[in-house]
Formats: sequence, C-alpha cells, structure tokens
Amino acid sequence: MNILRKKSKANLPFSETVIELFIRLCGISSIIFVFGIFFFVFREGAGFLFNGLNLTEFLTSVEWQPTSLNNKRYGAFALIVGTFSVTALAMCIAVPFGLGAAIFVSEFCSPKLRETFKIVIELLAAIPSVVWGFIGLTLMNQLIIQVFNAPIGLTMLNGGIMLALMSVPIIVSIAEDALKAVPDSYREAAEALGATRWQVIYRVLLPAAKNGLLAAVLLGAARSIGETMAVLMATGHSVNIPSGPLSWIRTLTATIAAELGEVARGDEHYQVLFIIGILLFTITFVVNLIADLVIKGIRQE
Amino acid sequence: MKKTVIVCFVSVLVCGCVVIGCSPPDGHNSNNVATKNSVHVTIKNKGSDTIVNLAQAWAEKYTSVSRTASVEVSGGGSGTGVAALINGTVDIANCSRQIKPKELEQATQNTGKVPQEFIVGYDALAVYVHPDTPIDKITIPQLAEIYGEGGKITKWSHLGIQNSACPSDEIIRISRQSNSGTYFYFREALLGENRDFRIGSLDLHGSKDVVEVIGRTPCAIGYSGMGYATSHVKMLAIATDEDASYYAPTLENVLAKSYPIARPLYMYSLGEPVGEIKAYLDWILSTEGQKIVQKLGFVPVENN
Repeated sequence: MNILRKKSKANLPFSETVIELFIRLCGISSIIFVFGIFFFVFREGAGFLFNGLNLTEFLTSVEWQPTSLNNKRYGAFALIVGTFSVTALAMCIAVPFGLGAAIFVSEFCSPKLRETFKIVIELLAAIPSVVWGFIGLTLMNQLIIQVFNAPIGLTMLNGGIMLALMSVPIIVSIAEDALKAVPDSYREAAEALGATRWQVIYRVLLPAAKNGLLAAVLLGAARSIGETMAVLMATGHSVNIPSGPLSWIRTLTATIAAELGEVARGDEHYQVLFIIGILLFTITFVVNLIADLVIKGIRQE
Repeated sequence: MKKTVIVCFVSVLVCGCVVIGCSPPDGHNSNNVATKNSVHVTIKNKGSDTIVNLAQAWAEKYTSVSRTASVEVSGGGSGTGVAALINGTVDIANCSRQIKPKELEQATQNTGKVPQEFIVGYDALAVYVHPDTPIDKITIPQLAEIYGEGGKITKWSHLGIQNSACPSDEIIRISRQSNSGTYFYFREALLGENRDFRIGSLDLHGSKDVVEVIGRTPCAIGYSGMGYATSHVKMLAIATDEDASYYAPTLENVLAKSYPIARPLYMYSLGEPVGEIKAYLDWILSTEGQKIVQKLGFVPVENN
C-alpha cells in the first residue's frame, strides 16, 4: 500500500490514478475521433476535390449522373436543396411542437406528470431511425396518399414529419433546461406585477431563455440534416428540385448511404461521395458551432 | 486495500470487454473445422456485380453442403472476372454477358485451357405497373422515351391511354439506385451505352421495394426482376419495336430468348471443370442450387 502511494503524484491511491487516467483518455478520445474522422473523409475526397471536380457544377447543377458511361456529371444542387428543404419543413413542424411541449413540461405540469413526460420523451429519442423510416415507408405513405390525394406518399412532407418526430425530443429536453434555468424570481416578479400566466411566459420567460431555445432549435436542425436512414426510405429518393411539400426529393446523406456500398474504392464517384461527406461535415459543424456560441452567450449573461 | 482491488478488477473487466467487443468477428471458423481431417479447397469466384449476390448466396449455402471446399466470392464487374480468368487467378468467373472471342483466345493462350461456359440462371426484368392502369403492353422505344434523358413521354396520355386511376396523368418513374446491376442492365437494354436515364425518378433501394411501391401507386411504372412479381402489380408484355410481336415475361419466353429484356447469367471455368470445381458447378445447376436462383429474383435454368 505504501509503495503504491509513493508512486502516485499527489499522494492519491493507485486506483484513483488509474481511474483518472481512464477518464482523461475518454475525454481526449472524442477529440481524436472527430479529427480522425474529418481527416479520413477529407483524405478520401481531397484528390478529386482539388484535381478534377468542377466545383461550380457540383454546387449549382442538378445533373447527378455519377454512373453514366460516357458523360459522368456530378451536380449536387438538387441534393443540397433536398437536404435543406426537408430540414426546414421538419423544423416548421418540430419547433412549435417542441417549444410548446417544453413550456408545458416546465411551467404547467405537476411534478409527477413531468417525470412521466420526460421518460416518454426520452423514449421517443431512443427509437432507431430505421424504424422511423419504416413507418414513413408504410404507414405515413398510405396516410399522405389518403389525406392529400397524392399519387405517392414518399414525399418531402413524409420525410419532414419523420425528421420532426426525431428532433422533437432533442428540442424539448434542451428547451426545457433553458426554461428551468430562468430564475424563479423573474416569475415571481412578473406575477407580483399582475401578469397573467400567458404574459409571464410570453413577455418574461421566452425572452429570458431565448438563447437556450435557439440552441435547442439549432441542435434539432443539426440532427435533421445528419439523419440518413429515415429520409432515404421516406422521401422517395429522387434527384428533383421540390416544388412543394408533396414533391419527392433526395438528400445528401441518403445519396451517400445508397451509393457508397457499390462504388469501387478510389473511383471518381467514390471520391465525390466523400466530397458530399465533407460538405455535410461543414454544414453540421457550422450549425453546431452557432448553437455552441449561442449557449455560451447564455452562460455569460 | 480491498477497495483498490475491486476497482482494479472492475477497470480490467471494462477494458477487457472493450477489447473483446472491438476484435473483428472470425468468419473462417467453419472452414477450419474441415481442414483438420482432409485437404481443404478454396474455390475462387469473381466477376459480375449482377451475379455477386447470387454467387455469395450459393457460396454461403455451399458451406453446409460440402465439407471439403469453400467458395470465395468477389465482385468488380464481368470484365474484372474475365480478366482474372485470363490471368488464371480465379477458378470460376461470373459474367452477365457472353465472353468475347478475343477474351476466349487470350485465356486459351495464356493458361493453355479453354474456358468452359455454363448458363447458371437468367436475369429477366419485368416492367411493372399498377393493376388499375389500362395498359398491357409497351415497346422498348416507348420505354426509352419514358426513362431516357430528353424523352418525350411524361404523361400516360402520351402513350394514348386514359389512366383514370391517376388523376394527374403524370407518369411516376420508379427506378433503382444508380449502382445496381439491374439499373445498368435496364439502361443498356433501353438506351444503349450513349444515353442516360432522365433524373427525377424515384430511385428505390431494392428490387422488392420497387414492386411494393408500384402496387400502391396507380401513376407509377417501374422495372424489377421477374421473380419479384406479386398479386398487387401487373407485368407488361414487351416488344422490341412497334412492328414486332409482344412477349409476356414468362419463363417460357425467357428460355426461348424471345422476351427482349432478359439475359443469361454465365459462369466460366478454366478448361473442363474437375474435382471440387466440378462438384460446385454441378451443385449450382442442381435443383437445390437453382432454388437459390429463384429466391434471389432470377430465373432458374431448366432442370432436365
């Protein structure tokens, strides 16, 4: 025992040194993984990105013909539009529902009901995305055909609803934390001034928690942009500039998932899929960065 | 002290679990068993991506049939398979086209053995529509105008039919993801090598999905292996052009080579197959092997 003590630096028992080392490793590993992944994705795509790919065509053309025999074209514009439009639609649905649920859970619920709600919402977050995709492909497909009299239910609306359901739990839990962080003295002061419950929420709580709520929405959006399986199955997977919620679309993520499995390693097409990966990485990085900065803003206030 | 021991034990356990969890699964266990008491042969099988799933299914099943041989399958395309055959690096090459005379000659010169051809199944694509669509037959040029880049047929009325089940009149094209062998073959059969599919089709991820979606979509047209037909869809008879006669996608028409979008699937061995290779090819052509052909949506060869 004494020998062990002497070995450890700050006179800690050996076990604590080991545990501390282990935890330190866990912390650093996530940084290593992120940079490792970025390095790998970049390395695989870089050759074609800097040498051969027409970047203007890639960003502005809708012609996605990666397997053409004579005239390969890599225009990802329709895929970018698809990703953003389905995410925007998902947020239009998820934000009112998510924030509404967060306000309800944080302000109106009895403590007992709140615990139940939290468990159920966490359960919603635990449903695998392929299950959502399956629901989209079968149940929601049929529902959209019947309700909107659409020729086919595999549409942007279908994908948007699936993504909304997947990002609502994230939005609720972060937004609820943000509302909880508003000091009770604010509420008490507002009520003392004779504000109704709605006025307290609308005029006091929401402005006070606005950064946290924005961060919740952005993280929900990041989740939507990165989602793959559900949109692959539910949106129709068609290279198409959408004209409305009932158009079918294809997203960046779904393209990688559908095509990467069958391309030859190192091929142009393979590299272009990795360039799409770089693009996605950049998009989610920017969204997450904004969310982080916004959260930092709250802490400083 | 006791605490320290417990903590150490737990951390070792955790690390151990992580290490075990990370180690790759050993897929060769089943092969090693056979090597103990007999000479174990590995048959190398390479080629067409259309056949690769089928070849893998055969190889997998064959592990339970033969104790003395296992099959190693890889894809890469028909050309890759034939090239490997010419170099003598594979035992069996998979090919979704017939071997070219020049390739045959090269292989014979290079290896001293004449490649032997085996038709192991047929890949027949059916064109599917919803049962309510009032159409029973279609020509290849019409399909080319529906699917091809710059094609002029975008509405059912352009085909001269009144599709009352589809109020928008718009043809919804169901296709496959752009790397599948089915996609390549259908494009080649319709448009040759110089024209691409028009973008904007719904590119589904599996042969089964195509049929399932069409079964629920009265506006849709799509293609998939003949074997995937269900009672919820209708298959169209196909003619090479307006003047030619129409052939329904039936086994007889495929075997008689009159159905236009079907092709045989080949396997080539170097020289007359012997030993384990012969046993494997015989098994593929047996009822049991051909059952797998049907299961994967291809057309089996005649068994007599």
